[in-house]
Amino acid sequence: MTERIRPIRRLLGRQKDAPGVLDPAAEIPAEPVLPVAATDVVSVSIDIAEADPLMAYLQTAPGPVEIAKLELDSPAVRAMREAGVALVVPLVSQGELIGTLNLGPRLSEQDYSTDDRRLLTTLAAQAAPAIRVAQLVREQAREAIERERLEQEMRVATLIQQQFLPRVLPALPQWQIAAYYGPARAVGGDFYDFIEMPGGRIGIAVGDVTDKGVPAALVMARTHSTLRAEASRSDSPGVILARANELLVPEMPPRMFVTCLFAILEPSTGKIVLANAGHNLPYIRTDDGVIELRATGMPLGLMPGIVYEETEGVIAPGSNVLLYSDGLVEAHDPTNQMYGFPRLRQEMAVDDAGSELLDRLLETLHRFTGPDWEQEDDITLVTLRRAAGVADEPVEDEPAVSSSLMSFSIPGEEGNERLAMDRVAAYVDGLGLPLARLERLKTAVSETAMNAIEYGSQGRPEVLVDVVVETNAESIVVRITDRALSGTIPDDAEAPDIELKLAGEQKPRGWGLFLIKNMVDSMDVTSDGDTQTVTLTMAREEPSDG
Amino acid sequence: MDDRSFGAEITEVPDEVRIRLSGDLNGRADETMANAYARVVALGSRRVSIDFGQVGYINSTGIALVVRLLADARRDGRTVRAIGLTEHYKEIFRITRLSDFMEIVEGDAA
Repeated sequence: MTERIRPIRRLLGRQKDAPGVLDPAAEIPAEPVLPVAATDVVSVSIDIAEADPLMAYLQTAPGPVEIAKLELDSPAVRAMREAGVALVVPLVSQGELIGTLNLGPRLSEQDYSTDDRRLLTTLAAQAAPAIRVAQLVREQAREAIERERLEQEMRVATLIQQQFLPRVLPALPQWQIAAYYGPARAVGGDFYDFIEMPGGRIGIAVGDVTDKGVPAALVMARTHSTLRAEASRSDSPGVILARANELLVPEMPPRMFVTCLFAILEPSTGKIVLANAGHNLPYIRTDDGVIELRATGMPLGLMPGIVYEETEGVIAPGSNVLLYSDGLVEAHDPTNQMYGFPRLRQEMAVDDAGSELLDRLLETLHRFTGPDWEQEDDITLVTLRRAAGVADEPVEDEPAVSSSLMSFSIPGEEGNERLAMDRVAAYVDGLGLPLARLERLKTAVSETAMNAIEYGSQGRPEVLVDVVVETNAESIVVRITDRALSGTIPDDAEAPDIELKLAGEQKPRGWGLFLIKNMVDSMDVTSDGDTQTVTLTMAREEPSDG
Repeated sequence: MDDRSFGAEITEVPDEVRIRLSGDLNGRADETMANAYARVVALGSRRVSIDFGQVGYINSTGIALVVRLLADARRDGRTVRAIGLTEHYKEIFRITRLSDFMEIVEGDAA
């Protein structure tokens, strides 16, 4: 952008011999400085672009300049002539042109005399430093206000941030849980949360909002409360993230999104199920080394209809888990080297107790960055350690780490049953399900989702239907949960009879439940009053005869 | 644009009217199916064949539309047969017993 200098605004007066004067334009309060009759005054403002040749000319001019005699190809000179400026007195302070004093013709219709010019030169020499001081004072005042505004914004951001961080950590027998949140100076949008869930399980969220300051803090607050609300309605991390995503997408400011990892820990068994919305993968230190629990999914708030894969694992006694934000791995040392994942992995490999892990990570980080480090981004660390040698309650048929779950939500809108069907089909593709069984499963999923949309959501897109697909060695289980807005499936639904239908004694519709029951090996319906879940089970192999 | 959008093309072949369906056969096909049968009535043929060869998806509301068409046809003394069903939908026509009231033709056409 062109920097411009605004010359001191000229007042053309009719007072006897009054040199048109004075208003230190942009920098100093304008408007009449001389007591003149309003009808006699013309106030003209002229901007001089930085590249205008008049700038360079005035910078070195020894004194007042007669505009009429100036031979410069300059828009400012033309503007001055048009405005009736006769004489321009440069105001120079410490070699810097800080303004001009523009005068109209003398009212006596005589030229400005040598005495006039000398007087104006003296005046300019005395006025320029004073005006410059006034300009500097104003600049500083403006900067101070801006600084105060930024600091105030940071205070607000920090306040919001801290408001949503847990005040106490969960106290679980045989578990050590530690958490650290270190805000950068500009306060990013990191957060973590522990949510009590039914059955003694703990929901753990770690997230990072793009952007900094108050906007990031507000998005963080919204994400935090959305996750909490959804965690009270589902026990599937994938569904929780999918539903949170659907709610956040319409509200997300442009160019912002949230990476988030959501895990559910069963403290008694060490079983952990997690889904990931574009966040750093957690590390687990086991006796066999450091592993990552992998799960994929887009960050929250980018686009609707995202599927969040779930991963399960079991944290064995004596193992450590680390959930973290990228402020740690992206920290730089004085030579601009990044902390990085390999270093973190190396630190994770050291066997120690949970809270010590957190302390040690921070210690190595500070050693790495050096004492003069200005933290670039928020840093969040959550560590879990399962005490060694605890009596291990067996986890039902769970391998150490498996990837056997997928979940997603669909808006409760007519036609989306096809979407549910296609997604389930895509997920089970490759499991070697015989084609006939795959087709039957697809029809059952489509019909169940259609019922869920029509009755559970009453066709309202904002009322979501959750789909969870679980596979194991023997079977594929699809659970479809709706909000039961129209109640639950009646037990005594009339069985469709083709003869009655063809005779017009039964409506042509009413095939849905009949088809579902005939397509899968079993169909079960459960309800908790607020939701209804239909569980479809399909064996992976055709049962052998007999 | 949408290859799932439903369509019904009516052609006259010797002794019958053929309704060639394409796209997804679901609740949205209601009007198209009703219009298709109205054309059959206008053409007056006693035999109707429905070609499902270009239909990739049929749901229970789509089945209901076939039932309605079949009921109308039987009321009017017309016979209906189905062509081009995949094995999966043949199974569905079997378990709904639609196949007891309409001939299921093996292969693409007859």
